[in-house]
Amino acid sequence: MKGFEFFEPTTLAEASRLFAQEHAQLLAGGTDLVIGMKALTETPQSVISLQKIPGLDGITTEGDGISIGAMTKVREVELSADIQNHHTALAEGASEIGSIQIRNLATIGGNIAHASPAADTVAGLLVADAQVDIASADGERSVAIDELFTGPGQTVLAPGEIITRFRLPSPASGSHYIKHKIREVMDLAFIGVAAAVNLDNGTITDARIGLAAVAPTPIRATEAENLLRGNELTAELLQQAGEAAAAAASPISDLRCSAEHRKEMVDVLTRRTLQEAVARA
Amino acid sequence: MARKSHVQTTINGETVEFLCESRQSLLEVLRDELYLTGAKEGCNNGNCGACSVILDGRLVNSCLVLGVETEGKSVETIEGLADPDKLHPIQDAFLENAALQCGICTPGFIMSAKALLDSNPNPTEHEIRYWLAGNLCRCTGYDKIVKAVMDAAKETSA
Repeated sequence: MKGFEFFEPTTLAEASRLFAQEHAQLLAGGTDLVIGMKALTETPQSVISLQKIPGLDGITTEGDGISIGAMTKVREVELSADIQNHHTALAEGASEIGSIQIRNLATIGGNIAHASPAADTVAGLLVADAQVDIASADGERSVAIDELFTGPGQTVLAPGEIITRFRLPSPASGSHYIKHKIREVMDLAFIGVAAAVNLDNGTITDARIGLAAVAPTPIRATEAENLLRGNELTAELLQQAGEAAAAAASPISDLRCSAEHRKEMVDVLTRRTLQEAVARA
Repeated sequence: MARKSHVQTTINGETVEFLCESRQSLLEVLRDELYLTGAKEGCNNGNCGACSVILDGRLVNSCLVLGVETEGKSVETIEGLADPDKLHPIQDAFLENAALQCGICTPGFIMSAKALLDSNPNPTEHEIRYWLAGNLCRCTGYDKIVKAVMDAAKETSA
């Protein structure tokens, strides 16, 4: 690891000013940054820890909504009864990350700010329709989670901008996340698929499908969602939704699996997640 | 010479002060500055769990924590587990079950098992295997390790 200057600011404004400098990196849980610094893929001159800034940690309910601080440990997201009950896909995604040791360090803000297309919490946040609160020395703004990412490892965040919170509006009545992987635990997703639905007497009134690791950024399968809305989930509709989701995917082939396999599995897993989300609704 | 930071933390119940560079991990601080060599360096990137310690009550990979991050925190390592004249029941169970071969992974497995039994005193075999997934044993002695944790659970929850 190369040497760097370590900062522990106690306000967001101070952290933002430090982070706006060149060669600066934010430190949350360290499970991406510290590994990157050891591998010399990250060589920041200053590292700015967020752990001393009050108000960034923890899960709170606000009416129907849930607010998750960016510094909340992934393990807390996994174990939160509120998230398990109302945003099941997100709790399931959190439980899929690394090991207990990793989930006790990793934060949900870091998992999202790292902007890996394969992040395990991202599909759950997509189907929760999460808003991402962002702060900088100049003020605050909020973007929808599906507008945050611009490419692998890339976001709309400007220099000095820091994710502070994820706000989840009224939950869908049922949701589910499937991670396609080889190993039961300690594996990266070949594909992640989440679905969330609202039902009224068997009719799908709202549907959201989130796809991870099948495009340069995490995406919503909006065509498939539009097909589902206003209809009952018949076998035929399920098949159409799966095909539409697969059509939305633009995966690559890599050492994990081929693009063709990914595309086919988006179809299969979209159907499976939808069926489970509807069963839970 | 890089500038060193002064850090005060609690290790195995005792207040400890040390100087470290910002780039030193907690694992390096424990081993190289404090000579607590129980926690081991295996992969040094968060995969193998040989460096597992309990930080403010949470099981973590000490290779992924910076020493300078631990100011004011509490660290439990394998060195703090046994009483002066008596091993911890998990250590006894590992000996009784011959749950170690080369021994490099053992301190990590034992700290991991301790964190598990602290939060879930009566885990099922499946829960034990799931929890220990972040600890690798290159000698592949997993069955004996799982058996040891099951025995330790019986002992400590009895």
